[in-house]
Amino acid sequence: MKTVIADQLIKTYDKGAVRALDGLSLDVEEGTVLSVLGPNGAGKTTVVRILTTLLRADSGSASVAGIDVMKNPEKVREVIGLSGQYAAVDEILTGYDNLVMFGELYHLGKKQAVIRANELLERFSLTEAAKRPIKTYSGGMRRRLDLAASLIVKPKVLFLDEPTTGLDPRGRQEMWGVIQELVKGGVTLLLTTQYLEEADQLADDIAVIDTGKVIARGTSDALKKQVGGERLEVVVEQTHVAKTMEIVAAVSGHKAALDEGLRLISAPVSTGSAALFEVLKALDSAGIHALDVGLKRPSLDDVFLSLTGHAAEEKKEEITEKKRGKK
Amino acid sequence: MTAVNDIYIITRRQLLLLSRVPEVLIFSTIQPVMFVLLFRYVFGGSISTDQPGGYVQLLMPGIFVQTVAFTLAGTASGLAEDMKKGLIDRFRSLPISQSALVIGRTLGDSLLNIVVLAVMGIAGYLVGWRPSAGLANVALGFLFLLFFGYALSWVGVLVGLSASDARVVQNVSFIVTFPLTFLSNAFAPTTGMPRALQYFAEWNPVSTMVAACRQLFGLENQFGATAGSFPSEHPLTTSLIYMLIIMLIFIPLSLRKYRNYAD
Repeated sequence: MKTVIADQLIKTYDKGAVRALDGLSLDVEEGTVLSVLGPNGAGKTTVVRILTTLLRADSGSASVAGIDVMKNPEKVREVIGLSGQYAAVDEILTGYDNLVMFGELYHLGKKQAVIRANELLERFSLTEAAKRPIKTYSGGMRRRLDLAASLIVKPKVLFLDEPTTGLDPRGRQEMWGVIQELVKGGVTLLLTTQYLEEADQLADDIAVIDTGKVIARGTSDALKKQVGGERLEVVVEQTHVAKTMEIVAAVSGHKAALDEGLRLISAPVSTGSAALFEVLKALDSAGIHALDVGLKRPSLDDVFLSLTGHAAEEKKEEITEKKRGKK
Repeated sequence: MTAVNDIYIITRRQLLLLSRVPEVLIFSTIQPVMFVLLFRYVFGGSISTDQPGGYVQLLMPGIFVQTVAFTLAGTASGLAEDMKKGLIDRFRSLPISQSALVIGRTLGDSLLNIVVLAVMGIAGYLVGWRPSAGLANVALGFLFLLFFGYALSWVGVLVGLSASDARVVQNVSFIVTFPLTFLSNAFAPTTGMPRALQYFAEWNPVSTMVAACRQLFGLENQFGATAGSFPSEHPLTTSLIYMLIIMLIFIPLSLRKYRNYAD
């Protein structure tokens, strides 16, 4: 069953001057994770805002858990959880106050709201910080609390809009761990991200969007295959460049590319670490010492380059979205 | 009934915020207290009046009205702050009554006014304010003030939801409230003003409110301009009409703005 369906969504801002969504369609199968991957301004936040009833589409239709988003927004709100790009919790109140307040707004009643707040604080390792105002929290803690607030009533569908944007690597790792736990619990999740790695880590399925449209859809493996998978990169002394290029080409089966300034030789490989091992072995028997060697995974830029022919760049819409974010 | 419960929870949040940031309450009262001292002791001496009990009797109703008029700015900047933080998105994605957030906000700000007015009343008493009317009328006067503040906080909702930045909200609110409070009979007789301003001051809702309060506190309104005009003859009725008009216009506009604020 498709738990989330968006069909031909169109949304324009500034009287049609900015087309944030341009006939975007996507769907999420029950109990799976879809990652909407795209650069800033591609329309990620706009689609999340429409699906979570915060914004009305100009045209097109959408449903969440079988409920029409445009016709019955109040029913949709009962089954969703939303955690946004901007940690939407009250900074002055404590973590505990926030969760109890939201619990009461979900009509749990004071007693249940307190129980649930304590459960969530425990689960997201925030018990110690529970009685501190949010403004004293780190970025990662805020995001976790924000996520906790969206899980007070177990939602059928969870929307996470760029859950790790702006977090340091440690915060990002923690957040990934938390989201992976949720996924194991069987939640249907739609998450947006700018990072291919994140989509790869968390999602079953990836929809790549650009200028308000889905331009590619598939599993992360399928997508990477389409992009050309990983590249093997070796840096050697100038004297060994020619020989190394031969070795790399032989392992890869493709012509090796050379960046002369960096003395960096690279070629696409499909067998990952096995190819790396083969190249190292061949270099070793040829008596060549590699200064640096590694596998480079395709980035969002690579995906975009191969899908659209242009790099992922920030578009005009982003300015609008930012302005909206500030509001 | 769930809507009432939602509003109650949001209102309680407002009060919780106040208890966590007592500075807000302190600054909302310090400014009007400074006005009391400024007008009572600096300007008051040069404003001649034959009011028994002195100028302070006329001044205090003016200060009260000015104080509640600033509810507009308080509501507006509070909402703008919530929007900036993304809190409004969170509230709007919850299965709660969609107007609960703004209604709760306006009620919370009115509760703040009760506290502020109590402090102002005490400050007034300390500098010699002694209303000559009975307790019931004085209480009615304060109720009137709260109602006026409540009506204005709906203007604040619209300002807060319309502005793009919390600092802009401060400035816009100031630009709206400042001329209204000073081009009025609140601090000085309007008779000294040019004719056009007198006319404005006469019909200014702040003036009618001040006149209404003076009347309820048992004073003659000596600062009215041309006697015999409708607002100066019937300040209570005029003020009530103003408040109803403000609410009839701004409540639906604000609620609509809230529902569609992102579009």
